[in-house]
Amino acid sequence: MGEGELKLLGTWGSPFAIRVRIVLNQKEVKYEYFEEDLTNKSELLLKYNPIHKKIPVLVHNGRSVCESLVILQYIDEAWSKSGSSVIPTDPYERAMARFWAAYIDDKVIQALLGILKATTEEEKTYKISETMSVMELLEEAFEKCSKGKTFFGGDTIGFLDVTLGSYLTWLKAAEKLSELILLDETKFPKLVEWTEQFLSTDCVKEIMPEVEKAEEFITKTLKPRWAAASSK
Amino acid sequence: MESHKGVTLLDFWVSPFGQRARIAMAEKGIEFEYKEENLAQKSELLLKMNPVHKKIPVLVHDGKPVCESLIIVQYIEEAWPEKTPLLPSDPYQRAQARFWADFVDKKVYDCGTRLWKTKGEEKEAAKKEFIEILQILESELGDRKYFGGETFGYVDVAFVPFTAWFHSYETEAGFSVEESAPKISTWAKRCGERESVKKHLYEKEKVYEFVCMLKKRLGIE
Repeated sequence: MGEGELKLLGTWGSPFAIRVRIVLNQKEVKYEYFEEDLTNKSELLLKYNPIHKKIPVLVHNGRSVCESLVILQYIDEAWSKSGSSVIPTDPYERAMARFWAAYIDDKVIQALLGILKATTEEEKTYKISETMSVMELLEEAFEKCSKGKTFFGGDTIGFLDVTLGSYLTWLKAAEKLSELILLDETKFPKLVEWTEQFLSTDCVKEIMPEVEKAEEFITKTLKPRWAAASSK
Repeated sequence: MESHKGVTLLDFWVSPFGQRARIAMAEKGIEFEYKEENLAQKSELLLKMNPVHKKIPVLVHDGKPVCESLIIVQYIEEAWPEKTPLLPSDPYQRAQARFWADFVDKKVYDCGTRLWKTKGEEKEAAKKEFIEILQILESELGDRKYFGGETFGYVDVAFVPFTAWFHSYETEAGFSVEESAPKISTWAKRCGERESVKKHLYEKEKVYEFVCMLKKRLGIE
């Protein structure tokens, strides 16, 4: 099932692309990577994701799969014999993984953007406390899903690990730029431990972008863009 | 509740999200206990079973909760795999089904809601957007009987509850599903003949009555 030509369209910083790349790396699946410029979308991107025109897009033997969580499940099923499984096999555990992945994608970006975009100290404080509530829930979710093991997925990295883990570069960049600690080991000891384990795993190390690169992108590209948008 | 065996669905009568779960279980012949929630006064059970979002539907299977309608439908599919599969077996076809169910989830409800909640230019823009959404779905359906091909499947389950809202959307925004997306209209009628759909969707007039009540409550003319 898993043979044939494989392409992935993504961007260096997109958590949605990063998670797919980590999983492909973990399964030792070879693919051709295309770095997209989202301000000037390629013919390839418009052809393979005409509906949403977004990355990541996986193109397998000329057929495209879009939406990162759909792609992760596809990789799991198409390369079921390579490496460990991405999503748990038990139906209830799968439902939990899907639930928390949806929660993470719904909340984490909004939380980080909220902190970075805050224009007053009051707003910043509020956004930080919102983020802390999200992290409290994720600390609990980790306990339930990991069942005492290293990762959300158990002994090896899985669906939830890559979903949350794909935000870590941006989370650390937000911490540095806003001069605060979100990954506080006194408040979230399990998450902090998990972060260290996750980031030191080979298949992750090779893919995660440098925090400095993310900081630079926020400072030089995103912040000016947000300032320009709000002054209109 | 922990030792309670069986399936309970915490739901709200007109919710299209809850109806996805009801229809999926009906298609698979799964017996369940239906529990109507008062959303203005959420039960202890609902708050306990869905502390994160406090929303319906929630499926409780042998005391363990599953939340979020499409996650519930996938759980139903995987926990009862021997009964009437809703997803194909080929990984690529499954990915396509998941993509399109996600498309319905991202687009239909929000845009549909704007058709009756907004006025003037905003409403016109929502109408244009909604017709585009229908036409994209129509293009995906093509000449097939269902989104699942010959068989009623996951995408059909995800989308069919909204067919009960077509009449409300058409009336509020001034357009016709049959004219803008005839194949979707035919598909909706075909789905309406299924036992599971007949049993769990309300008549269009009743749904419209609900929309009018909501409008009144929200102070929308």
